[in-house]
Amino acid sequence: MTMQRRTLLALALFTGLTAPSMALAADDTIKIGLLATFEGPFTVLGEDSERGAMTAVAEMNGMVAGKKIEIVKGSSDASPDSAVRAARKLVEQDGVKVLVGPLSGDEGIAVKDYAKTQPDVTFINGTSAAQDTTLRDPAENFFRFSTDGAQWMAGLGTYAFTEKGYKKVATVAEDYSFPYTQVFGFMAEFCKAGGHVPSKSWVPIGNKDFSSVIAAIPEDVDAIYVALGGADAVNFLTQYQQGGGSAPLIGGSITVDQTVLTSKGKLRDVLKGTPSAGPTADTNDAPAWKAFVEAYKKQPGAFPSPSLFAHGYYVDMKATLLGLDQVGGDVSDGGKKLRDALSKLSFDTPTGKVSLDKNRNAIADIFLTEVTEGADGTLLNKLVKVVPQVNQTLGIPEDEFMKLGAVNRDNPSCP
Amino acid sequence: MSLTLAADSTTSQQNWLEKLGPGQIILAVALALYPLAASDFFLTQIGGYSLIFGMLGLSLMMLAGYGGMVSLAQITVAGIAAYAIAILGNNNSNILGFGWPWWLAVPFAVLAAALASALIGWISVRTEGIYTIMITLAIATATYYFAQQNYAIFNGHSGYTGIRAPVFWGVNWRDPRPFYYLCLGSAVLSYAAILYGARSTFGMTVQAIRDNPRRMRALGYHVTAHKVFAWFLAGLVGGLAGVLLVWFNGRVSPGTIGVDAAIDVLIIAVIGGLRHPIGPFLGALVVVLMQTFAIDIVGAERFNTLIGLVFLVIVFVSPDGILGLWEKIKPHLTQESLRSGP
Repeated sequence: MTMQRRTLLALALFTGLTAPSMALAADDTIKIGLLATFEGPFTVLGEDSERGAMTAVAEMNGMVAGKKIEIVKGSSDASPDSAVRAARKLVEQDGVKVLVGPLSGDEGIAVKDYAKTQPDVTFINGTSAAQDTTLRDPAENFFRFSTDGAQWMAGLGTYAFTEKGYKKVATVAEDYSFPYTQVFGFMAEFCKAGGHVPSKSWVPIGNKDFSSVIAAIPEDVDAIYVALGGADAVNFLTQYQQGGGSAPLIGGSITVDQTVLTSKGKLRDVLKGTPSAGPTADTNDAPAWKAFVEAYKKQPGAFPSPSLFAHGYYVDMKATLLGLDQVGGDVSDGGKKLRDALSKLSFDTPTGKVSLDKNRNAIADIFLTEVTEGADGTLLNKLVKVVPQVNQTLGIPEDEFMKLGAVNRDNPSCP
Repeated sequence: MSLTLAADSTTSQQNWLEKLGPGQIILAVALALYPLAASDFFLTQIGGYSLIFGMLGLSLMMLAGYGGMVSLAQITVAGIAAYAIAILGNNNSNILGFGWPWWLAVPFAVLAAALASALIGWISVRTEGIYTIMITLAIATATYYFAQQNYAIFNGHSGYTGIRAPVFWGVNWRDPRPFYYLCLGSAVLSYAAILYGARSTFGMTVQAIRDNPRRMRALGYHVTAHKVFAWFLAGLVGGLAGVLLVWFNGRVSPGTIGVDAAIDVLIIAVIGGLRHPIGPFLGALVVVLMQTFAIDIVGAERFNTLIGLVFLVIVFVSPDGILGLWEKIKPHLTQESLRSGP
């Protein structure tokens, strides 16, 4: 008797494990996978990216081509392994044919590699901004309507050299593909303009003690280029200032965002006047941007101003929905029509026109900003200049750009 | 020290089928037939992944259950095998990659992992209880940060990508069904080896050392050598799991061997139960299912809370994990069956 019960238990267990996937979506709904960091160190960023994506969905009233949009969420912890595992679950178990994400640099490269094994599924980037996601060895079915980290730096190197008059700059950045790409973008212009970068420091994510890094920064630099995110940026800047450092700063795209600018204490004085560049600017006066901010604020738990993650996911989700709308929500042909529509897509975003190049990477406007104190005493990124329609090769002819080599910790170099 | 794996004279007379028992035979048949019913996703992402993490849990269970040494460095051992495969075989990160064939790279990788495990064991055997946990945690964390910042061997944060499972006998071993059977075969091999080893002279000696090291030392046994050899054996299982893990992911980076992963392995072993080698596999199945599907139950914001609560409930209801749960239910089932008898 016990045996029978045990057998039954085993049977029940295995039926449960083999239950056919619930992927059989009804005809009147269309499933879109949303992959972001809902756990780990980038959770706050992941949640804001969801707000951005949902703003785009809300704009279409949750419908595309007469079908209801169903968002299936996948979570990663910013590690490439977890991103691929979440993407696999969304594609192979939930049966999504369109996937928007991921958020972070190395995740993007891993998901691009996975995309090659799933030619019938269309992948649209979230905010992952490593250069090689689309530049080298791209996947046919991976699209990036948000720009990469080097593009985000457009105009900053020249501005630092000519307007600010910095000739020698040291860099401090986190040690992975996205900051490599940011430093590359900054140095590409700065070195070309005649500047020198005598020292580059790479720190692991989540570093707490920056004293050895600060000690390694040469005395005679005119400024420090900092590409750190969130707590890393606050820790570094606080310790640098406490250590008596006085060199002015140049910020990476996520260094002087609202999470850092809202921190209290003397740090505020150090941050004022820091130039930076990125895909968004807090004081953008364009009506389209203002309308986007209003729409974004309707999402639960929204920040006063959308982060670049909300913006990136919004743009990519919007592009996805526009593409789906053009093909009448039909992905039954393995998404071929959808991919054709996406590669030809050109549309107006809150931050200007976006279109794709031959590697399916976005060409878009980039904003040069400077930290200033707002009327109510809060720090803001004031818009200085719009750099129009930056492409992935930063305006350099492609063969010349490829000769610069792949981004890594040692490339580029101009000591 | 004596390492003779002598079979027990009373049981050797029995038919091996009887010795296995009906439960394990049914389980084996069910696992072997599982691919007929399961989708590709359930085959690799749930089945294969659970088996791999079950093996990692098994290598911990062997140390903790039989040897009384709780290690948080089993994922590090697996990681060493994974990195060895990437370095000795082929990868597309343009760093190292000696291009050895799999039949040469795999034994070397597993051996390297086992030696590393023995080294970790050698460092930590003189400690006991919580100090073993601390020292292995320190080793796991140090290895993680070293891999993160070393570019010559570990290729830093991005690690190695483009590692392919071998193709031989006309089979691509990373295809869902072959890969599942590969994992199943390795898991069964490790499981059987540990069951057998636990009843061997060496296994008995290790368990005796766990219970009373001073008496064993007085009896003339070399306690340290036995413990270190147990670490070596656990390293073989962990290394094999590491090889499968790198073929499964197709990549390895410091994130694979981070502290989160180390704790996952401990959770798997504790949830499953440390008293029998089947425990870690049950634990791995529950953990993998929860980590995969919790997000569908409660949404993206709170799914880790749900995972934590489920683990808490399991440990709260039964300190021996799922195995202990079964032990609690079994007498009731037997009783009931007696009552409902003819």
